[in-house]
Amino acid sequence: MPRITALAQSAAPKGLDFWSVRHVIESAERLMVRNDVAEAPSRDRDAGVMVCVQHGGGQGFAATSNVSEHGLRQAFAQAQSLAAASAAHSVFDFRDAPRPRATGSFTSANQRPVALTTLAERFDLLKTVCASARISSEIVDRTASLWTTHTEQVLVTSDDSHMAQTWDFVVPNITAVASANGDTQTRTSAGQYNGFCQQGGMEVLDRAGFTQDGPRVAREAVELVHAANCPTGVMDVLLMPDQMMLQIHESIGHPLELDRILGDERNFAGTSFVTLDMFGSYDYGSPLLNVSFAPDQDHEFAGFAFDDDGTAAQQAWIIRHGILQRPLGGSLSQARAQSLRPGLGGVATTRSCNWNRAPIDRMSNLNITPGDTTLAQMVASMELGIVLRTNASWSIDDSRNKFQFGCEWGQIVRNGQLAEIVKRPNYRGISAGFWRSLTMVGDASTFQVMGTPYCGKGEPNQVIRVGHASPACLFKDVSVFGGAA
Amino acid sequence: MQSYFQQLAAAVCTPVASADRVTLYFTAEASDFLRFNHAQVRQATHVDQRYGTVSVIAGQKRASSSISLGGDLIADTSDLLAERTALLAQLPLVPDDAYLLLPDAVVDTARSATGTLPTPQQLIAAVAGHAAGSDLVGFYAGGSVVRAFADSRGQRNWHSVESFHFDWCLYREKDQAVKCSYAGTDWQTLEFARRVAEARTRLALLALPPKSLSPGAYRVYFSPVAVAELLGTLAWGGFGLKDLKTGTSTLLLTHQGKATLSPKLMLTEATAEGIAPRFQSDGFTKPDAVALVRAGQMAASLTSPRSAVEYGVPTNGCGVGESPESLSMAPGTLPETDVLQTLHTGVYISNLHYLNYSDRQACRMTGMTRFACFWVENGQIVAPIAVMRFDDSFLRMFGPGLVALTNHAEQVPADGTYGARQLQSVTAPGAVVEGFVLSL
Repeated sequence: MPRITALAQSAAPKGLDFWSVRHVIESAERLMVRNDVAEAPSRDRDAGVMVCVQHGGGQGFAATSNVSEHGLRQAFAQAQSLAAASAAHSVFDFRDAPRPRATGSFTSANQRPVALTTLAERFDLLKTVCASARISSEIVDRTASLWTTHTEQVLVTSDDSHMAQTWDFVVPNITAVASANGDTQTRTSAGQYNGFCQQGGMEVLDRAGFTQDGPRVAREAVELVHAANCPTGVMDVLLMPDQMMLQIHESIGHPLELDRILGDERNFAGTSFVTLDMFGSYDYGSPLLNVSFAPDQDHEFAGFAFDDDGTAAQQAWIIRHGILQRPLGGSLSQARAQSLRPGLGGVATTRSCNWNRAPIDRMSNLNITPGDTTLAQMVASMELGIVLRTNASWSIDDSRNKFQFGCEWGQIVRNGQLAEIVKRPNYRGISAGFWRSLTMVGDASTFQVMGTPYCGKGEPNQVIRVGHASPACLFKDVSVFGGAA
Repeated sequence: MQSYFQQLAAAVCTPVASADRVTLYFTAEASDFLRFNHAQVRQATHVDQRYGTVSVIAGQKRASSSISLGGDLIADTSDLLAERTALLAQLPLVPDDAYLLLPDAVVDTARSATGTLPTPQQLIAAVAGHAAGSDLVGFYAGGSVVRAFADSRGQRNWHSVESFHFDWCLYREKDQAVKCSYAGTDWQTLEFARRVAEARTRLALLALPPKSLSPGAYRVYFSPVAVAELLGTLAWGGFGLKDLKTGTSTLLLTHQGKATLSPKLMLTEATAEGIAPRFQSDGFTKPDAVALVRAGQMAASLTSPRSAVEYGVPTNGCGVGESPESLSMAPGTLPETDVLQTLHTGVYISNLHYLNYSDRQACRMTGMTRFACFWVENGQIVAPIAVMRFDDSFLRMFGPGLVALTNHAEQVPADGTYGARQLQSVTAPGAVVEGFVLSL
C-alpha cells in the first residue's frame, strides 16, 4: 500500500488540473454448511486502482487490475482521454469541482480478528449452528454461513491528500426452511439478504447471538408453516428493527440521494418524489422522526472517516423533528445542485463499491434516533395491529413513493395484547404520507444496528454496503394483507 | 488474450501430487462505461479487469480462491501458483463435501466473436449530435468480455465476445419517458440516430392528457421487454431442482398440479440461441436446450452438479444458483400489427420496474408499471397512464389469464453490470393477458 503514492506520482502526467488514485485491496472468505454438509470454502483477493483525471473542464475515470507503474500510466492515459472527450459535453465544468484536501486514516474496531481463528474452527462453528437448527422433521433445509471481508483502501490526490482506511466486515446468517401441510416457510436470523452485518471481528457473532440462534430460527419457521395467513385490513403496524432497516433504506435513503434528485439515475434506479425546494421546510414525517447520517456509529456496516471523493465524514441530521434538512449527496452533487438551489448542503457520502467503479452518491449509515417508548407500551397502545419482523420482499416505484414490502414473520395484536402468529405478512403505502403516520418511536432498548451488503444502484451497477440502525417504530392505519394461499 | 489464458492454464492446471484435479476459471473484460444525463456526459469510465479462480480437489475435498490478475503473464502465473500452493495446504482443514461433483468427460469448446464498436469519442459525438435538445439519460457499456475454463485433465473452454449495449430514456417531464436500447456487435451511428428519432415520435404520445387508473383487474398487453421482466423474476427461484425439492420453488404449485399454465406456454433454457457461455465454472458444458415448460406442463428442472448428487439425478450443466441464463419463451400466433385490436380496451405496458415476489408459494409478483404505458380504447391509444403498482400471480397471468402471445420473440440481453458485464439474455414475445391486477 505505501508504494501507491510513489507510483501515482510517478505515473501521473504533468500539467493536469487534478488527479486522484484510489487503490483497493479486498480479501474475503465465504463459508457455508447446509444440512450438516460443508460446502467448499471460497476466498477472494481483489486488488486494483481507479484513476480519476479532471482537465480542461472534463472528467475521466480508468480502472485497472494492473497495479504496476505501467498499468497506472495506461490508466492515466485512458482517464485523460475520456476527460478530453467529455470536456465540451459534460454535465458539469470540472474546473469548478470541489477538491477536498485531507490526510488521515480509519480502522474498523476489531476486538477478535477472524484471521486469528483457523478454517477448521470456523467450519466447526458453522456445523454446530447448522446442527442446532435440526429441531423437527418439518425442517427440510438448514444453512449456517459466514462471510468475512478485510478491505484496505488508499486515496491519494494531486493536492497531496492521503487517506488510508481499513475495514473488517462480518456477515453471519442462519436459514431454516419448514415444510408441512403442503406449505413451505423460510425463516432467517435477520433476513435472507443479511440484515445483521457489522464491522468488527468474531465479536460480531456475539452481538448477533449467532451461536445460540439456530433453534429460535428453526422454531419460528415451524410456527410459521402452521400459522394462518396474515389477514387483510387497515391496522397499526409495529415494525421491528430488521424491517425498519428496509423501510428506512427504500423510502428515506434512496429518495434523498442527491444524484437521483439531479436525474442521474432516471434510466435505471429511478428518480425521486423529493425536489430541491423541499429541503429545510418539508414535513417528511411526524415530529417524532429524527434521521441522521452516522458514519461514526459503533460497529455499523458503512462507517468510515472519508468518502471516496476525499471529504471528511461527520454526523449530520437528515430529518430533524420530521422536517427534511439536507440530501444524501457528496461534494460534487452539492456543487451541481447549488446552481439550482444556492446554499443546499449535503454529507460526505460519495462512495464506490470497489476499485473498478467510480464513486456516486450512496446512503452509507442512515439511522433513526431512539425515542422514549418501551416495546410493551407500544404493544399496549395497539387496539388492532401487527408486529412485523425481518424483510422478505421489497418493491417501490421509481420515484420512491408507492411501496409494497413483505416480512417473514408477523404477530397480531388485539386490544393491546400479543395474539397469534401469521405468515406472509405484507403492507403497502406511499412514502410521502407513511412517515407522517409514525406515532411512537421505541426507546434505546429496542435499538439495533443492522445493514445490508446488497444496496444496488448506479450505471455501471454497484452493490454496496450500507448500515441502518433503528428502534422499533409504530405506524397508524397501514394497509396490511397476506398471501394468496 | 486467448494465448495468455492458454499459457496460464498450462502453468497452473498441471497434475500435483496432493490433488486429484486442478481447475482454472477465468473472466476478463475491457469496458467503456459512459453515463449520460440531459444528453451530456455524467461519468466516463474505462475498466480493465481480469480474474482467475483456481480450485484444487482431492477426494471429496475442494478449496477455491479467486484473485485479480494484472495481465502480466509471468506475474499472474506466479500469483496463481502461489494461490494453488496455499489451497493445497488448506485442503486438509476442509471438511468432506458429500455433494461434490466434477465432470467426467473432457469437452472442449471455443467461441470468439469480434465486433465493431464505437470509441468513446464517437459515442459522445453521436449523443451530442443526434440527441441534442432532448432530455436523454442513459448508459453505454461496450467492449470485450471473456469467460474461460481449464483443468488438469486437459479440458479447455473459451468464450469471448465484443459487444455493446446502449440503454437510454428520452424524458418529457417528471417521470414521463420513453425507454430505448440499442445492443449488438456492429455499431452503426445512423441506426442509433434512427432509434432516437423514433423515440422522439413515441414521446409525443406522452403529451396526451394522462389517465389515472383505479386499482382493479385490467386487460393488458405486455411488450416483449415487460414479459422479459416477468420471466427474469420467475428465473429467481422458479426453475432450480433444489428449490423444488425444498418446497421453495415459485413454480411448486404447477409441479404439484395445483395450478395450470396455459398450453400456449413453452419455456426453454435455450443455450444455443443465447449469448452466455456453453460452460460453467466447474467445467460442465450445457446442452443446446433444456425444455423447462412444454405446452404449459413442467418438463424439467435446472440441476446443478451439487443437486445432481444430493437428489440422485443427472446434472444439466447449470451453475450453482440453478437459474437460467438464456431463458426463452416461444412466440405465439398473434401478429404484432393486431396487438391493439386484440387488446381492444385496456393497458399497453411497455416496461415494468422493481419486481419482487409478494407470495413465493403462489408465484405472486408485485412491481410497478414504468415509462410509456398507455390506456387503449377500441384498439386506439388514447392516454398515457400514471405509474401503477401491480400484484398478481404469474400462474394466473400465464395460465387462465393468457389470451395470446405475439408471433415474434425478441431477445433482450441483460444490461446488468454488477461486478462485470453480464452475458445472460431473455427471449420473449409480447403477451395479451386478461384480469391483470393493479393494486395501488
